[in-house]
Amino acid sequence: MPDSPNKPPAPQWADDATARRAFWCGVRFAPSTPAVVLFATFIGFGALAQATGFSPAEAVFTTLIVWALPGQVVLVDEVAKGAGLVTAAFAVTLTAIRLLPLTVSLMPWLRGAGVSRPLQFLMSHFIAVTVWIEGHRRLPGLPAHLRAPYFLGMASAFLVLNLVATLIGFLVAGRVPVEVAAGLLFLTPIYFLLSLIASARGRVDLMALALGFAIGPPLFVLMPGFDLLATGLIGGTIAYGASARRKARP
Amino acid sequence: MTFGGEFPSYLFLLIAGFGATAPWRFLGVVLARNLDIDSELLNWVRAVSTALVAGLVARMVLFPVGALAGVDPVLRVGAFGCGVLTFFVARRNLGAGVAGGTAVLLAGQYVVW
Repeated sequence: MPDSPNKPPAPQWADDATARRAFWCGVRFAPSTPAVVLFATFIGFGALAQATGFSPAEAVFTTLIVWALPGQVVLVDEVAKGAGLVTAAFAVTLTAIRLLPLTVSLMPWLRGAGVSRPLQFLMSHFIAVTVWIEGHRRLPGLPAHLRAPYFLGMASAFLVLNLVATLIGFLVAGRVPVEVAAGLLFLTPIYFLLSLIASARGRVDLMALALGFAIGPPLFVLMPGFDLLATGLIGGTIAYGASARRKARP
Repeated sequence: MTFGGEFPSYLFLLIAGFGATAPWRFLGVVLARNLDIDSELLNWVRAVSTALVAGLVARMVLFPVGALAGVDPVLRVGAFGCGVLTFFVARRNLGAGVAGGTAVLLAGQYVVW
């Protein structure tokens, strides 16, 4: 499982690389720890969709168009409960609000010469937590003109892997012991946390991490549905403010 | 097949799935239009995103869904801690940390609990 280092210098392949080459390098470097974790969690999603009565094609379609695991799980759950369209859409949109800050913080790295507005919207469809983390880890080390093609390569590889994983999960559903199913669900949070630590740049990130970790659970109890947005705004603003004050001091 | 009583399943998934998710990403693209990679505002958004994901992690471990909810909270949190420990012992190796924590969770279920 090769992992790119914390702050990668421009990799060797980037010398004189064309956009096409950057795309394929993105594809080539995608199989890594996050790919394994994503693959395993989407096997879990496929199994869940099967248990809910989805067809294999409906399960794969859901992964393709939503591309954010919590939203997909909620969507399947709402269908299982026989919820109406408006109720289901509302429940899913609450989980998707978190994609807004993730997209805002990653998009400036993906705009560059030759990146049209439609392409920007297309790239935004791939943004979810894992791609956000990997984007921040890998893109800053690349020359600006190679970031978008590299990102598209990496995201396409993740997409194909997850569509396959959804299908596999569908096929093995019911044959996975409950202990292993628990293990599959455990992979995502431990990967998220460790990669946040691994890619943290300085004090702001670490403080935001610690604050989010501390105030997330109580806010979930107090205001489920809006807890993540509140956690991000409160924790992130305090962390940012504290570091800005530190910088301002002589 | 129909979902929600009356809708063709794919139409239901398209509206309640894509329709409920994509606007947030698209709004993100629009809001990021004038942000530079070295702007202070972007540093703030990054901090907000980081805290948000950290909150998501805490929620997934403390208030899990599905099969993970059936695992004793002590084992869940313990395995999580072991994963973090393995990560640092293995000189900040992501794969080692993920594997270590998950191994403890699996072993704990089969052996101890």
